[in-house]
Amino acid sequence: MSDIRLTEASSHMRHGSNIGQPLTRRDGILKVTGQARYAADNHVPGMLHAVLAVSSVARGRVTFLDVEAAKRHPGVVDVMTPVHKPRLAEDPDAKTHPFMFRLELLQDDTVRYANQAIAVVIAETLESATEGAALLAPRYETQPARVGLDGDKSFAPPAVGVGNPAEVRHGDVNSALTDASMRIEATYETPAQYHNAMEPHAIVAAWDGDTLSIDTPSQGLAMAQARIAGLFGIPPSNIHIRSPFLGGGFGSKGLISGPQILGIMAARLVGKPVKLTLRREQMYGPVGHRAPTRQTLRVGMDGDGRLTAIDHHARTASSSFDDFFEPAADASHTLYASPAIATSHEVVRLDTGTPLFMRAPGEAPGSIALESAIDEAAWMCGMDPLAFRLKNYADVEPITGKPFSSKALRECYAQGAERFGWARRPLKPRQLRDEAGFLVGWGVGTATFPALMFAADARAVIRADGSGLVESGAHDMGQGAWTALAQIAADGLGLDLAQVEFRAGTSDLPDAGIAGGSAHTATAGMAIHNAGAAVTAKLADLAMSDERSPLFGAGNTGVIARDGRLYRRDDESWSEDYADILTRAGLAEIEARGKGGMDPAAQSIYAMHAHGAVFAEVKVDPDLGQVRVSRMVGAFAAGRIINPRLARSQLFGGMIWGISFALHEEAVMDPRSGRLLNANLAEYHVPVNADVPSLDVLTVEEHDPYVNALGIKGVGEIGVTGSAGAIANAVWHATGFRVRRFPIRIGDLVVPASD
Amino acid sequence: MAKLHVSTTINGEPMEFLCEPNDTMLDALRGPLGLTGSKEGCASGDCGACSITVDDQLVCSCLMLAAEADGHELRTIEGMAQGEKLHPLQQKFLEQAALQCGICTSGMLVASDALLRRNPNPTEEEVRFWLAGNLCRCTGYDKIVRAVMETAAEMREAAQ
Repeated sequence: MSDIRLTEASSHMRHGSNIGQPLTRRDGILKVTGQARYAADNHVPGMLHAVLAVSSVARGRVTFLDVEAAKRHPGVVDVMTPVHKPRLAEDPDAKTHPFMFRLELLQDDTVRYANQAIAVVIAETLESATEGAALLAPRYETQPARVGLDGDKSFAPPAVGVGNPAEVRHGDVNSALTDASMRIEATYETPAQYHNAMEPHAIVAAWDGDTLSIDTPSQGLAMAQARIAGLFGIPPSNIHIRSPFLGGGFGSKGLISGPQILGIMAARLVGKPVKLTLRREQMYGPVGHRAPTRQTLRVGMDGDGRLTAIDHHARTASSSFDDFFEPAADASHTLYASPAIATSHEVVRLDTGTPLFMRAPGEAPGSIALESAIDEAAWMCGMDPLAFRLKNYADVEPITGKPFSSKALRECYAQGAERFGWARRPLKPRQLRDEAGFLVGWGVGTATFPALMFAADARAVIRADGSGLVESGAHDMGQGAWTALAQIAADGLGLDLAQVEFRAGTSDLPDAGIAGGSAHTATAGMAIHNAGAAVTAKLADLAMSDERSPLFGAGNTGVIARDGRLYRRDDESWSEDYADILTRAGLAEIEARGKGGMDPAAQSIYAMHAHGAVFAEVKVDPDLGQVRVSRMVGAFAAGRIINPRLARSQLFGGMIWGISFALHEEAVMDPRSGRLLNANLAEYHVPVNADVPSLDVLTVEEHDPYVNALGIKGVGEIGVTGSAGAIANAVWHATGFRVRRFPIRIGDLVVPASD
Repeated sequence: MAKLHVSTTINGEPMEFLCEPNDTMLDALRGPLGLTGSKEGCASGDCGACSITVDDQLVCSCLMLAAEADGHELRTIEGMAQGEKLHPLQQKFLEQAALQCGICTSGMLVASDALLRRNPNPTEEEVRFWLAGNLCRCTGYDKIVRAVMETAAEMREAAQ
């Protein structure tokens, strides 16, 4: 799109290839000067403001709304309610594919959870709409809310995550546990967590007849377009979505949410453009969260410290009306070699919004439980926790027996331990003190995340002036897609980055798949790479079949594309400029398309995962129990790193999410009302600058020819895994208290643990 | 309700605008004044994304009424670079990759600038605690602190 002018890459050292260069982010200048335009920064002429009125009860129905009072307020234009709203073409409760979740679009007066939208007030100003919403003074018929993991009877879900089996059994876990020389059984609890991207979900929607123009953040433009098309009964091509920058997503902007659709409905109702922005407290409900878990691990060991059994059972929750079951126990599938492994899930239904994907879904809560249990097992065996992990290193994927496409985890352990100084760690807890008398502890955790790929398309063009254009509707939520994908685009075209225009972030471009599952760079990157290869191949065909070209007849040996020229592969003294080839052929440009997606053949042979090792040091005040992380080293092997500067940011960010998981984040529900008690950024704790120490990230070299042709595994989520467990284990090492309910609280460390 | 007339100075330029008595400064900046660089993350003073300075005092503009700007000097992210020339903090944030999604970045930079104006030689701990009220969910934290420390060192050197 024309109004986004990204900066040229600065002149960092280059070594003949754009991929692998630590370029600064191309959207950086727009962001540091405040010029990057996010959804809520758009002000369309004649635009009205919409504000949600949300339920203050968790279960029941709305019996009264004082619509007249709201309408009487100066500036209020209309009030959208279940009895006054545009007609939808599709039932918002219909589910026609696994990525479709039920939405609360004022379909009736039912309240499914606290903070659910029950009306939308549309007014000339934000203040008027806000006051109008307050004047609705709803009354309810309330039913008792189901709260917490014991809030209802559990059942075995048909599947967890997206189509993963809820139960997996490999070997005979029960008899292996009976026969084990040593065994532990421990239960770990993780709380509900909310994504809390810094940018609240916002939408500016404008209808023109049956076409719709939208500014809204999206991690999946094509899926959002299809969902909107279905709900409003218009073709997807009538919907134009702009999402050049997301102010963070972490999964909460993967699917278009109910409030975003309500903004579109409001615009339809009043026949004018409408802006709707969620208030921070309204983000605790309709835009997804990570469900709480209670996980029981039973681990058996033989006399030599070898694992003989891992049994990982997770109890988790979904909403009363839809299914998303956090696949927490699946974290035990791949990491440790054990002849018997069983994972299983049970779930309850609660009066909350539907939980959804949140950075490292399954792996994040599963990993903190597994890594804690592995640490407890190592201690029972009297072994150093790193030595224990190495002793139980999985050389093939334990359950499937598949070889790994690549796995440099040993190197991660070795390089991370070396950098951290792990060799000096005393085995017993409560041995280290700093100069101020604080208890010091060291812990390790193993990180893992699957190397996924979805499906994406891209278009590449070479123009007669020798420059290139690459289009793919990719999403930059901060991870650096504008930069990393442009680097891949430039290499795919054999051009310098400065000669390539890269277009992304709008729904009229080829579908780049979703920015999720740490798979966006691999998936969109492969589509871009293949489009580049296809267009340079077309160009080569032109040259090789033209007797006026120096490359005429090179068809058998082939050519390579580099720096805007094609070179004869066997003799590089024969070459020709892109511009010359096109000009002679009388073409203004030449284009081709490419696709990215997983290779089922390679997937059937190999297990594909990124790995890492995280080492953490904590300091605990022996009197007050206050914990501070004082040092962290993460070593990660995640295939090819496209941009080391930006990949490190992702890994740092993930590790800090690990700190947050272990020590900070927790949504607290009122057991009587089912309302969240801390739906704000003051009381829902996330780490701040003062909580985070100096961090160190190492990326371990890994060449993986099987994951995809570019060798990319993804770095967005793996940093969370391993890190949370490393901190929990460091807290135990500092204090001798094994805390199994997260986040770890001061109270857990001043009162002797009950075990 | 009659609108209020406010005369103020924003980023060195005299400005006049009309506002409702209950408009926040952040609403005025992002609305009639068209300065959308300041972001709303919480509207309750918890996240710092809307940080500006008023007479060199760092404030959350979501907690200030627009009418309170009358007769005062405001600075926002839009006034930080001199034309095309980035402020050293902006440059260093880029180099250190001290930003990701960018929503916290304006507030983080305004707050860092306010710190260095008052204390050109902060300790690392002072930086971490000064910026403790600016939340970043992409959690670029350590790099932000590095960027501020390095900028401070370079600015001190340049001043000598």
